[in-house]
Amino acid sequence: MTRQVNRISPFNITSLALGLAFLYLPIVILVIYSFNASRLVTVWGGWSLRWYTEFFNDRAMLDAAWMSLRVAAVSATVATLLGTLAAIGLARGERFKGRSLFSGMLYAPLVMPEVISGLSLLLLFVALNAERGFWTVTIAHTTLTMCFVTVVVQSRLASIDRSLEEAAMDLGCDPVKAFLKVTLPLIVPAIVAGWMLAFTLSLDDVVIASFTTGPGSATLPIRIYSEVRLGVKPQINAICTMVIALIAVVIVVASSASKLSSSQGKSAAPL
Amino acid sequence: MSARSIFARPARLAAIAPYLWMVLFFLVPFGFVLKISLSQTAIAQPPYVPLFDLSAGWAAIKAALAELSLDNFKLLVSDSLYISSYLRSIFVAVTSTAILLVIGYPIAYGMARLPQRWQPIAMMLVIVPFWTSFLIRIYAWINILQHDGLLNKVLLALHIVSTPVVWLSTDTAMYIGIVYSYLPFMILPLYATLAKMDGALIEAASDLGASPGRAFWLVTFPLSLPGVGAGALLCFIPIVGEFVIPDLLAGSGSMMIGQTLWLEFFTNKDWPVASAAAVALLLLLIPPLLLYDRLQRGTLRGGG
Repeated sequence: MTRQVNRISPFNITSLALGLAFLYLPIVILVIYSFNASRLVTVWGGWSLRWYTEFFNDRAMLDAAWMSLRVAAVSATVATLLGTLAAIGLARGERFKGRSLFSGMLYAPLVMPEVISGLSLLLLFVALNAERGFWTVTIAHTTLTMCFVTVVVQSRLASIDRSLEEAAMDLGCDPVKAFLKVTLPLIVPAIVAGWMLAFTLSLDDVVIASFTTGPGSATLPIRIYSEVRLGVKPQINAICTMVIALIAVVIVVASSASKLSSSQGKSAAPL
Repeated sequence: MSARSIFARPARLAAIAPYLWMVLFFLVPFGFVLKISLSQTAIAQPPYVPLFDLSAGWAAIKAALAELSLDNFKLLVSDSLYISSYLRSIFVAVTSTAILLVIGYPIAYGMARLPQRWQPIAMMLVIVPFWTSFLIRIYAWINILQHDGLLNKVLLALHIVSTPVVWLSTDTAMYIGIVYSYLPFMILPLYATLAKMDGALIEAASDLGASPGRAFWLVTFPLSLPGVGAGALLCFIPIVGEFVIPDLLAGSGSMMIGQTLWLEFFTNKDWPVASAAAVALLLLLIPPLLLYDRLQRGTLRGGG
């Protein structure tokens, strides 16, 4: 029955292929041109790594990259912790006072224009007289990315059979122990996915970081953005290619790690 | 049942830390935006007249409240720069969302009709570009669209045009950038509703004599409307406040509200007017945000 509906028609395949080509071609072209020997970005001058060596000799760019990596690592970790706790509260807390405010505060930043989030956090930091730099950007990114972590972990929690937790408690576990022993291993893949998402979102943000950072502590996207405004440069192609490679490595490592832990979780569950 | 209620208490306790975090770093900052949007511009650091100083006590707060001014908002409605950037933001967001729907629907439909085992792979392929940096994806398009970029080379080689076309700094470039960046946001909710749909309904329609096109418009499309709504809102809301894409790809002529806010803040250093623009942008977004929230609750309930 379903086979008849799920047949491959030329129209479906064409639209899918065109869509994927549209999504991937620009990135492929950017990566290829990062290995271009020519200074002119549009003329092919043979393969070369000169733009990569140029990046590693650019002190300001390296500083910005280091700042971005630290912000992304710290904010993703804090966001994963807070976002997981928030997901537990929403998925297992039943009804409580202020619940709709809580879920509203967590869902709104997902679609909120970044200029608003950035401006509002900056005004808070100024009012608190906080010195702007690493920590203010990290707090801002944590606030944004923990919402994404919450959504990812909450949807996983909602799909877990709750009778497993109840069985553990019938067998004498207290709720916390039942959660740690039964539920937590099952949601590890979602937590890992949430961390990855938080890390890449932080590494990507230019608007919120521009508002919340201070003089002298630009992140990599801020530096890339100010260079891009001045036009296309082969060195930027090289930096972008390295960022893409880094994100690819993070995705591969994290997804294999989460596969490993989820298979362990399955074998540990005595079913 | 009782096990659940025992479980609920520690779960609520777990939510305390993120709750406080969101109140402090999401809710309270909006209070500051509102407050500063009502204060006077000053040439100082920070560049606004503080409205109230809590240490000065009640009398000072009362005096400050009396000085609240709507001047910034009056400026917003009287200056054509702001009005036109609002209208442009809405126009750009509506146009882009319509283009995204027209492009995204066939792709999502194609995905949902793939053999079951291929569907997760197709979904991965749509999500992966979303993981690569958004700024990098815009930059990739600048590479392609520049004067002697790949697009012009291809068009010249195919003799479609005789002289290079100016793509950068045009609305066309901006729409390409927006559609490119937001396409996964449109495809995924559409795919989610289309994949869930019962194929038997379409078979029933064709058994009853409907042509494939008629079956699509009478059965498939109406049933996919929740996905259309979710995808459209998921794109429309952030596009209204978009800054980076119009700044890098559109011309310097007319600005979107996100750009105006950025200009007031970073170039003119007029924080109160920037805050007023943010408040006005937020007011504009509240109806679609509430609508999105309702749709979201509906899907969560339906899914669970």
